Amino acid sequence: MGRIPRAYLINRLTTLILTVLIAATIIWIIPRLSPVDPAEIALGRMAAGAGSVANSEEILAQLRANMGIDEPMLLQYFRYITGALVFDFGLSTAAFPTPVSTLILNALPWTLGLMILSLIITFVIGNLLGALMVWDRSPKLVRVAIPAAMVFTSIPPILSGLLLMWVFAAKLQWFPLTGAYSIFVEPGWTWEFVQSVVYHGFLPALSIVVVTFGFWALGMRGLMIGVQGEDYVKLAEAKGLRPRYILYRYMIRNAILPQITAFALKIGLLIAGQVLVERIFAYNGMGKLLYDAILNQDFPVIQGVSFVIILITALSVFLVDLVYPFIDPRIRHEVA
Amino acid sequence: MTSQDHLPPTRAEKRQAKRIKRFDNPWMNPKLIWGAALLLGIIAMGIIGRFVWDPDLVFTGSSMLRLPPVGFENLRGQAGSMANPLGTDGGGRDVLALIIIGAPNTLFVGLLASLIGMSIGIFLGFSAGFLGGRTDDIIRVSADVMITIPPLLILVVFQSAFGDVSLTMMALLIAGFVWQSPTRLIRAQVLSMKQSGYVQMAQLSGASTSHIMFREMMPNLVPYLFGSFIASVTTSIVTAVGLEVLGLGPQRIPTLGRTIYEAINAGALIQNLWWWWGIPTLLLAIIFIGLLLINLGLDEVSNPRLRRLS
Repeated sequence: MGRIPRAYLINRLTTLILTVLIAATIIWIIPRLSPVDPAEIALGRMAAGAGSVANSEEILAQLRANMGIDEPMLLQYFRYITGALVFDFGLSTAAFPTPVSTLILNALPWTLGLMILSLIITFVIGNLLGALMVWDRSPKLVRVAIPAAMVFTSIPPILSGLLLMWVFAAKLQWFPLTGAYSIFVEPGWTWEFVQSVVYHGFLPALSIVVVTFGFWALGMRGLMIGVQGEDYVKLAEAKGLRPRYILYRYMIRNAILPQITAFALKIGLLIAGQVLVERIFAYNGMGKLLYDAILNQDFPVIQGVSFVIILITALSVFLVDLVYPFIDPRIRHEVA
Repeated sequence: MTSQDHLPPTRAEKRQAKRIKRFDNPWMNPKLIWGAALLLGIIAMGIIGRFVWDPDLVFTGSSMLRLPPVGFENLRGQAGSMANPLGTDGGGRDVLALIIIGAPNTLFVGLLASLIGMSIGIFLGFSAGFLGGRTDDIIRVSADVMITIPPLLILVVFQSAFGDVSLTMMALLIAGFVWQSPTRLIRAQVLSMKQSGYVQMAQLSGASTSHIMFREMMPNLVPYLFGSFIASVTTSIVTAVGLEVLGLGPQRIPTLGRTIYEAINAGALIQNLWWWWGIPTLLLAIIFIGLLLINLGLDEVSNPRLRRLS
């Protein structure tokens, strides 16, 4: 334990800020390279609603002014970056006067809830199974069954989601097909609502858990092999400690730490996978918001959702980097 | 080691002998072979399929809509026939033709994207490790920054702004996001190898930089390079399928992800049209399992300590 050296902190902080800034810039530049004009899309939407639009040139000019796309590029960019810092991404074009930030704030708790829940479950199960694969006292069945099950953990969660959805929601009808809670329940902190949320969230969470535990299990297996031959494990055995005690307190405790940094590298993929699971389950999170925005060509929402997800990823990596030395006192902060 | 009374070797001994022989050549790893066989099977299906099956059946309306596979019956009571052995989708496209054309397309995107990504990674990794200094700083920081950005989100912005893309274009776009891990891996390996005896020996004996890079270091990097390559193929395909399932990616070329997208949108899950989404899902699963087996096999090739466990 100790203080975090300032140089290390500055280094990690720079990476964090650079990541967010570069991502925000890429997200801003790309639509501007495209020949598609958002004002024309908005006009097209109006025309589709009204049948025909008079004075279309004037309306286009007004729309461009509203969206701020008739200003100089540099000013637009500056306005965008300062806006993004306070989560102001403008107004949604599909749900017109609603600010993008409101839409995101409504979706974010669902995504974060599902993510944290499935992450904790996979982390525990994955590491435990990985450890059992190496432990020389685990039952033979476990040692044969886990590697066989691992083969299926290479498929992305969207495929497992489809399969689970078909079997448990469409065929057996044990679980609801889509949505995050029942439409007959009033949202609020009532027992019924919580029940409905858990019931609806079960399949999406399960489809993430069944395919991502393998990543942790594989990593844990490698780490446990390293720990297995260590002197302190031999000493613990020689002392006559109970094998189970040695497994949890000596082996897993020492092997598990690098897994936390592996998390930092994997989180981007995990979030992207979850976005897709939310899309197929029409779960009220960021994934559904993103998919609807793509359908409606709602650029402010697409930009906002992408930015927020990238921000979450970068922040998680930053936190893991900072917290890790506190968890593992053997690690000294290296100033690279 | 022969027993003195010339007993015929028991089965266990034979198996042990076989194991030892097999492990003499680490590349003859069963997982590696199985994984490669699965992927080659998909490629072979794509090549042979084009000759024995009519590829024109991928066009919309080329057959009747929503026919079941052979041996099944759909909700309208129609039985599957040999004309469309795996059934047809909601647009009247033959599912067999769809996977013959679509599965190799999916693999192609993955392989091309990672081939480009790996080349960039090898180049940048060697440059960073060898040159050091400012170059190293820039490459290291940009790899660190880019590795936290999920490719899917940036590509979603890109493709929703630009609309339709070709397969090659999609591969190129994905390649922009799979060079970071190889760069970091190779940089770390080069840095540690630079300190090792044989490289210093080569340097002292006046070998050129390219000789050291390609003759001394490269052979030791091969298992890592392969492992990294397979990992980025997986990432690329996951990203491509993700884009396709969101309705982006190539719009007019059949891919497995796009077929799944159309099936979900048409409500194939509730209408029990399992062959429409299920068969592409199965093929994708085979691709991913094949890639994982190759990766596990390569792990065992490069890390002998893992071998006794399997």
